[in-house]
Amino acid sequence: MGGEVNATMLAARIRKERRSADASSFVLDVSIEVSPGITILFGASGAGKSTLLDCVAGLARPDEGQIAAGGEVLFDSARGIHVPTPKRRTAYVFQTLALFPHLSAEENVAYGLTELREEERREQVEAILKAFRVEKLGKQRPDKISGGEKQRIALARSLVTEPRVLLLDEPLTGLDAELKASIVDDLRAWNAAKGIPILYVTHSREEVDALGERVIALDNGRVASTGRPMDVLDAPRRKKLAQAAGFENLLSATVLDLREADGVMRVKLGDSACEIEVPLGYAAGDILLATEPPRGLSARNVLDGRIVSLEQRGTMAMARVDCGIAFIVHITPGAVRELELTAGRRVWVVLKTHSCHLVE
Amino acid sequence: MEALWLSMRLAACVAVILLVIGTPVAYGLAFSNWRGKFLLESVVALPLVLPPTVLGFYALVAMGPRGPLGKLWIALFGHGLAFTFGGLILASVLYSLPFAVQPLIASFEGVDRKLLDASAVLGAGGLRTFCRVILPLSLPGAVTAAVLSFAHTLGEFGVVLMVGGNLAGVTRTVSIDIYDHVQSLEYGQANRMALVLLAISFVVLSVVYAVNRRVWTPWAAK
Repeated sequence: MGGEVNATMLAARIRKERRSADASSFVLDVSIEVSPGITILFGASGAGKSTLLDCVAGLARPDEGQIAAGGEVLFDSARGIHVPTPKRRTAYVFQTLALFPHLSAEENVAYGLTELREEERREQVEAILKAFRVEKLGKQRPDKISGGEKQRIALARSLVTEPRVLLLDEPLTGLDAELKASIVDDLRAWNAAKGIPILYVTHSREEVDALGERVIALDNGRVASTGRPMDVLDAPRRKKLAQAAGFENLLSATVLDLREADGVMRVKLGDSACEIEVPLGYAAGDILLATEPPRGLSARNVLDGRIVSLEQRGTMAMARVDCGIAFIVHITPGAVRELELTAGRRVWVVLKTHSCHLVE
Repeated sequence: MEALWLSMRLAACVAVILLVIGTPVAYGLAFSNWRGKFLLESVVALPLVLPPTVLGFYALVAMGPRGPLGKLWIALFGHGLAFTFGGLILASVLYSLPFAVQPLIASFEGVDRKLLDASAVLGAGGLRTFCRVILPLSLPGAVTAAVLSFAHTLGEFGVVLMVGGNLAGVTRTVSIDIYDHVQSLEYGQANRMALVLLAISFVVLSVVYAVNRRVWTPWAAK
């Protein structure tokens, strides 16, 4: 980011080493730029997402780097700048929300508004509670407020202070999709006028798809990739990230033949006799099962195998299929009944080339 | 009754002083990452294991006309500190220190650290966070601290005897009064005083336990 500081961006270059008791060390080493609007910070747990947010908020101090937001330098190791947390004006909503249990919703929201006159303060609190549709809960204590509404109050409390940046650490965990979507809509509506950078941490693939904006994927303390959700998560090149993104089938393969003109390669899977065309990493929901050899299909890769086990997982069934190499396949309970699938049954596994991804 | 009244006044003064002194000490012990913290913790806890006569003896020596505190006191006020009500307060504060500090530390440490982070992120400095978040959430601890130091001071014997002696209306506290009555075989009077102390102690402990069950804190989790 050099010397100049963009007025609306959050720019951070952070290096922080953390040694734990068992002598294993973890290094967060990232450089990110977050423009106004929602940017998703995605990664498996332990990838360094929360540490990154803590550094931006000043709750943790990087070993080295610079952090700037809203046109002001918040941290610069070279110049010895470390603005203390209360002076940073970075809003931060924790996963636990951390609403003050002894204060009412109104008092929670008013907590950060110290410099205003009583009257102005009341007006602003009222306005933001209304913007997040919780104006009726003003007098309630947090323990009397339901999930979803608590999240709204925590957002209101953070945003009423007119922060430079908003940091959200999995704030909507445990809410159903509809509720999440409506809260995010209200957040977007609020930010349409303010235009601050919002860094939204999640490890849930569904949430990334639902928010559908810019993604920064972290893996083991480094930025693995950035871009639109499709680009980042559908072609995850690192194993951990691929698992977090929902690719249950990670296979090792030997390339037998590369045909660049056709855009495919022939690979041998593991030590098995299976050969398929393409690169590798299949989501379990993208694999088809057939009880007889399929004919007249567009899919190029059909493998002969046997069901090893079959178990009910919530609303779906998970089959382990051995084709010389094991695949995990998600199917509906209806399909299990109709095809009379049982452990030991011979099946054909159908793989679509496009649902397969190369993973390092 | 004069002795009981004197004990009450002493205990009340000690409880107030200990809240004022104990709060910053407890804050330091609860939140600092200082390596030598265990030394301060040991000093604070010392009166728990020390015989009251040992503490009283050193307090007496320090307060005597040749002790550092005694000299200072004479220079400032023109009279000694030993065998006075002020001397009694000072010794009692030392003696009851752990009873105030330890409940405070426990309740400060019980406050969710995320709430402190949330407060900082919302722009509050250390003092504001302490007054608006830590202290209100530690109220049961503060009540326990005040009540325990009051009760502990009320019942003390050894330290008072060493430092205060037995001057009616000045340093003759209720426990010494009871001892006096027993020495003179006035069991009836001793019993009356003892009953009063017993009743007070019971009420005080009930308050402590009730507060810590959060019977009276409205924001308690269900």
